[in-house]
Amino acid sequence: MYGFVWRHLPGNTAAKLVGMLLLLGLAALFLWYGVFPWLEPRVALDEVTVG
Amino acid sequence: MRVILRTIGELSITLGVVLLLFCAYLLWGTSAYTERHQRILQRQLVTEPATKILGKIQLGGAVALIKIPRLGPAYKYAIVEGVEDEHLRQGPGHYPGSAQPGEVGNFVVSGHRTTYAAPFNRIDELEKGDDILIDSREARYTYQVTATKIVEPTAVDVIEPVPGHPGKKADKAVITLSTCHPEYSARQRLIVFGTLTKTEERDVF
Repeated sequence: MYGFVWRHLPGNTAAKLVGMLLLLGLAALFLWYGVFPWLEPRVALDEVTVG
Repeated sequence: MRVILRTIGELSITLGVVLLLFCAYLLWGTSAYTERHQRILQRQLVTEPATKILGKIQLGGAVALIKIPRLGPAYKYAIVEGVEDEHLRQGPGHYPGSAQPGEVGNFVVSGHRTTYAAPFNRIDELEKGDDILIDSREARYTYQVTATKIVEPTAVDVIEPVPGHPGKKADKAVITLSTCHPEYSARQRLIVFGTLTKTEERDVF
């Protein structure tokens, strides 16, 4: 999976490394601001009210 | 075969890292949200004087500050009106319909234990006789802890006007704090009871 991405990134090793980090960073941002806020209310690990 | 195994391995590691990141989000990402809203709510308490608020506080509005000296001099949160998810993310929430601060009846407040800045994380450390200060726009109300209790999530009698006595008419001003128990779980609730012992009126906030 990562090998596939690595082979398809353009440029030399340094450019590939930058591209890879950029992709990982984007994925992390998407998770942090998109997926996690959506997911958090669905895992009830901090329910505080009664009734 | 090797490609399939490698892909499964890579996916598993990725999933593990994503789960770790999610834990970090629960602990720190959610806190940042609460801190942002706490600033807004605490400013509201200063800029909107009591005279401007006619009758009840709107859902989502700031009710009062809660301070608990036992949990340190810096312990201060603005209580928001409402106990839906959207309110509790902003800070401890006041049950609409339960008593107002200082009023005869039960002033009920719920707060997160582990996520969203975890305002009630350490209320299990409260002991009998500890002060809970509620600074509303009109006065400072000092409640004293009378008991702590662990109950099932269905125990609605703790939020009755007289906790534990459904239907009974209140003749005392009491406070009830609730949060989840044990930490990181939704299995039970930790409840702290207190009684109003002192009221200090004030002119300025």
